[in-house]
Amino acid sequence: MAAPIAIHLEFGGGAELLFNGVKEHHVTLPSQSEPWDVKQLLVWIQRNLLKERPELFVQGDSVRPGILVLINDADWELMGELDYQLQDQDNIVFISTLHGG
Amino acid sequence: MCQVDEDYQDGLERAEVPSVSKKCVKCKEASAAVVIRAGDTYCRGCFKEYFIHKFRAMLGKNRIIFPGEKVLLAVSGGPSSCSMLSQVQEGLSQNAHKKLRFLPGIVYIDEGGAVGQSVEERQRTVAELQAVFKATGFPFHMVPLEEVLDLPSSVVVMAPSPSEPPASAYKAAVDHFIQSDSSGCLTPQYQEQTLLPEVQESRTQVLQQLIGSAKTLTARQDLLNTLRQHLLVHTARTKGYSKLMLGDNCTRLAVKLLTSLSLGRGAQLAQDTGFSDSRYGDIILVRPMRDYSAKEIAYYNYMFNVTSVFIPSLDTKTTDKASIQRLTESFVTKLQADFPSTVSTIYRTSEKLQTACRSSCTADHPDRCLLCMCALDTAVENASAFQATLTSEQLSQSKSLGATRTEIPRQIRAPVEQCCSSGGGEDCGRAETGGDCCSSAKEPETIDLKSLLCYSCQLTIKDMASVEHLPQYILSEAQKRQRRYQMREEISEFLLDDGDEGD
Repeated sequence: MAAPIAIHLEFGGGAELLFNGVKEHHVTLPSQSEPWDVKQLLVWIQRNLLKERPELFVQGDSVRPGILVLINDADWELMGELDYQLQDQDNIVFISTLHGG
Repeated sequence: MCQVDEDYQDGLERAEVPSVSKKCVKCKEASAAVVIRAGDTYCRGCFKEYFIHKFRAMLGKNRIIFPGEKVLLAVSGGPSSCSMLSQVQEGLSQNAHKKLRFLPGIVYIDEGGAVGQSVEERQRTVAELQAVFKATGFPFHMVPLEEVLDLPSSVVVMAPSPSEPPASAYKAAVDHFIQSDSSGCLTPQYQEQTLLPEVQESRTQVLQQLIGSAKTLTARQDLLNTLRQHLLVHTARTKGYSKLMLGDNCTRLAVKLLTSLSLGRGAQLAQDTGFSDSRYGDIILVRPMRDYSAKEIAYYNYMFNVTSVFIPSLDTKTTDKASIQRLTESFVTKLQADFPSTVSTIYRTSEKLQTACRSSCTADHPDRCLLCMCALDTAVENASAFQATLTSEQLSQSKSLGATRTEIPRQIRAPVEQCCSSGGGEDCGRAETGGDCCSSAKEPETIDLKSLLCYSCQLTIKDMASVEHLPQYILSEAQKRQRRYQMREEISEFLLDDGDEGD
């Protein structure tokens, strides 16, 4: 049983439009039996934060191609991408590089 | 044998999952923060160095911007152009031998009117950017896109380019500059500022009508690009700049390359995506960001706090299939996700492209497209793909195509004829917008734009409900070119060489 964790989410490059234009979110992920990873976080974001057009943010299991992810100021490719296990106080940033957000 | 196989598999797995503690490939000490290409991991410090070096290397390699030259930076507020601005700032603050030696200025085009932003939203964006620009100390100009409606028709006329300097001139200029400027007194002068003028609502409506008259998003985006570029070039000309820097990055250019192909702009690819673009003659368009991928720029901006302002565009929140541009972008980015060298492969292709320009078309004004200013690709022989496309299109639409406007020859008015035959190209254009020799210019329905446009621009115009919403400068230039063409036809039997117009 993993304890609830508090993380900081940030959206930029137009991705914030899908979240009512709010760039920064401080959220607490509820406790669950297995530790939180990025894959589950994306599902959670889609259910709890995303306001519209989920297909513009998530595609399949992962984020839409063209949206970059940084975990604690480092490229998520270095952190194991979807399999990265979230820690308390982690900082996750999503930046859209697509034209028009 | 079995063991060899197992070893091989182990190796593969290890390579696929880079560990968290991976070191920077450059300094081999600090832990990596960014993966640039597959396998190339950089730490923060090395990434910054690499990024800054690349900008200067790009300008140094191409030797196109001379010391002391006035260069206008087209900043849209997006990540690429804001990054370009910060690189120029960085370059100017360097010590002597690495320093950039040109005089930058900034132009921002406020497209809020075309995109449908409210006045308050536009003001907020402009205020944000103004703060960024002020902090740079460079002169800056805020121009609303509505001003495109009042451009002179000289914008769509190719200006004579200053004679090409020999290759050795660059080095001489640099040496001369360093000697005369040994004290390093290239100090920022008085900061010229053009603030955004009040835009009348009626102008915004006219602009919206113009953009709205294009039926598809593809045409709308294409039209907006064309108008924006005209306004940028016009601003550069009126403010005395000779180079215009655009912020297109490598990902954008890869998308643009494939989009251009799909839009029928194959002949113009080299100019549309190359490092420098001289289609306007006196103003050279430069794309110094074309070596950076969108990812590098986004990471750099995030890590080193480069402010960029998000401004919604026509395709914001649209689906992948909303326009050809959008679809191509999604195609490229999706492919890039699985094959990380997609963008660079496309981009390398664009580097190798060159325009096979016949010598005659560079000097001759009427042989350029009225909208995109590229050499016309429509003057080809009958046995060509272009003619074949036209023929099959005509056949398939033969019912609706019954009465084309093109068949009706226009009557030429005598005074206008005189005016245009006497003056040089540019003077005449100004006189016309002044309204003295073209008082009845409002006959757009009779203008046959088609013959004046390249294939791709023809398609864009075809998507428009009517051409009468096009800005006056385009229409009057079209009329002028047409009259000239007709006149040339009329007097053709008296001419010795029909390719030469004599002005």
